[in-house]
Amino acid sequence: MSVTVRISDDALALACGADAVAAAFAQAGCTVERVSSWGMHWLEPLAEIDGQGFGPLTPADVAAVLAGTSALGIGRIEAHPFIARQQRFTFVRAGKTRPLSLDDYAATGGWAGLARARDLGGEATIAEVTQSGLRGRGGAGFPAGIKWTTVAKAADPRKYIVCNADEGDSATFADRMVMEGDPFMLIEGMAIAGLAVGAQQGYVYIRSEYPHAIAKMQAAARLAAAIIAPFSVEVRVGAGAYVCGEETSLLNSLEGKRGEVRAKPPLPALEGLFGKPTVVNNVLTLAAVPWILAHGASRYAAVGFGRSRGTMPIQIAGNVRHGGLFEVGFGITLGELVMDIGGGTASGRPVRAVQVGGPLGAYHTPEEFHLAFDYETFAAADGLIGHAGLSVFDDTADMSALARFAMSFCAAESCGKCTPCRIGSTRGVEVLDRIRARSGRQVDAVETLPQMHNARKAARSLTDDIGLLEDLCETMKFGSLCALGGFTPYPVLSALRNFPEDFGLPAPAQEAAE
Amino acid sequence: MLQTMAINRTMTTTSAAIDAEIDRILAAHAGREGPLLPILHDIQAALGYVPEGAIPAIAEALNISRAEVHGVISFYHDFHTAPATRPVIKLCRAESCQARGVEALAAGLVDETRVSIETVYCLGLCSVGPNAMIGETLHARLDTAKLSALVEQVA
Repeated sequence: MSVTVRISDDALALACGADAVAAAFAQAGCTVERVSSWGMHWLEPLAEIDGQGFGPLTPADVAAVLAGTSALGIGRIEAHPFIARQQRFTFVRAGKTRPLSLDDYAATGGWAGLARARDLGGEATIAEVTQSGLRGRGGAGFPAGIKWTTVAKAADPRKYIVCNADEGDSATFADRMVMEGDPFMLIEGMAIAGLAVGAQQGYVYIRSEYPHAIAKMQAAARLAAAIIAPFSVEVRVGAGAYVCGEETSLLNSLEGKRGEVRAKPPLPALEGLFGKPTVVNNVLTLAAVPWILAHGASRYAAVGFGRSRGTMPIQIAGNVRHGGLFEVGFGITLGELVMDIGGGTASGRPVRAVQVGGPLGAYHTPEEFHLAFDYETFAAADGLIGHAGLSVFDDTADMSALARFAMSFCAAESCGKCTPCRIGSTRGVEVLDRIRARSGRQVDAVETLPQMHNARKAARSLTDDIGLLEDLCETMKFGSLCALGGFTPYPVLSALRNFPEDFGLPAPAQEAAE
Repeated sequence: MLQTMAINRTMTTTSAAIDAEIDRILAAHAGREGPLLPILHDIQAALGYVPEGAIPAIAEALNISRAEVHGVISFYHDFHTAPATRPVIKLCRAESCQARGVEALAAGLVDETRVSIETVYCLGLCSVGPNAMIGETLHARLDTAKLSALVEQVA
């Protein structure tokens, strides 16, 4: 009997060379099974033989692994501290099943949630989701049960379930891993949502940068069609617009329009896709639902911290030694995530900053490592957890350059609908360029014209420019229609607040942290 | 074939072959909800870009104005109105890849004229950057040598 080797076919494993390693094992006479990824990214390509892990492998390592002489063994994968410390609800099958095998899915508890929802009926299903305390995992943290109730109560024969899989934030990949590793779970979650609110049609809007996720979801939707009927799921592909991760802009994009943000109200729950009542939920929100239905709301709600119930798949990325997917109950501290689990920086240098929540999240310092991972705690610390991505930077990071990047990213990705975001981001880049050059700004020819009564007649110093930047951020924060313009000030102002020395200001006194 | 398309683009009308392809794609999407993005994706997949000449046909098929079609094409980074002249390497320049040194990597490529290095914001491989995508193939843990090898491979 030949040896069975399990290797992930997740996009990250492929990018690290998993196909070549799999081919080498097959050539050596092994049976190769392509499974989902365990989420220990620094070990990819990771091979599993009888529960034992070996990684990161190249084809040249295969002979030694099979001969039992490889130094790349990590022992039993499930006993590895990175896995053993997790509480996996959404990623319970990660590393264990073949993503597109209906048999594997059914054998590991798949479809149990949908079966229970069918027994319970719509109203009781929503009650279960509400009791679980599940909040939107896309970033805003809005209670899923309340959103579903609004859609369920809307009197319209046509309703939609839209899954937001436009995961554009840097340092996030949990949505991608769900779609590539356990696509049926997401489809089951959407079918449960459809049953709960009375919708027949679901759309998964996936960003075009995820070709592997698109292919897997399309295949999974075909394979599961009979099981979820009369509900049906269709995959739609984005076109490279970050702003389409905002729910109303995503709806416009699905309708075939420019991905411009809509003003709210009306809420998408009442007038969403094609003007019909629509549930728009993130991948992780919908993917949490089958577990909640199968195991009961109280077991889910028993985990967590404060008003953040259940688990969060946290994505540890950037300059970090042990990057990957770490699902755990809310309440773990930032320092545990970065230092204990992530193992500090990959470069071996001290951590300087951690951006939490993607390009719209704040830059935190090691002095804030005591912060508990929870929506409210981070909001109180002038930050956000967003989609729970951590991007770690070592002490070579130039924080004013990163602040400038935040503004230029906003300028590149702004939909253009509202002025603070469209114009403010470009002005922000200009002000930050002046701050970085420490140049100040002279009065220009137009400002000196006699007609320009209100224009400032004096030159601007560095301090004036920083005041201007703070003003601009204030305007963007409170004047923008959506989170793109509204949250871009978070990385900018947190960098300025926590690392003033990078902006030409005196460094803060060391006790400022508490 | 690519040569012909490049020439066609400079003329005001597209060739019969391109027209037929566009008609075929439009017919395949008839009756779908919100079909414009899928149509544009299919045209771009078939031709490598969305020719100007396709706009009137799309507008007529969907009963929207040409301005609306143009507005959508120009809004999304993915849609190109001219064929690519050089092989494209999409290099992620987002925060996590910056933290892993993509800017130094990119700075070493300024003289590159045989390929076009396009910026992409996030390929979702943020723990193993710097990352790049060529077509649908992903490459992780790039350093100068690996990226140069990729350039040699596609150029």
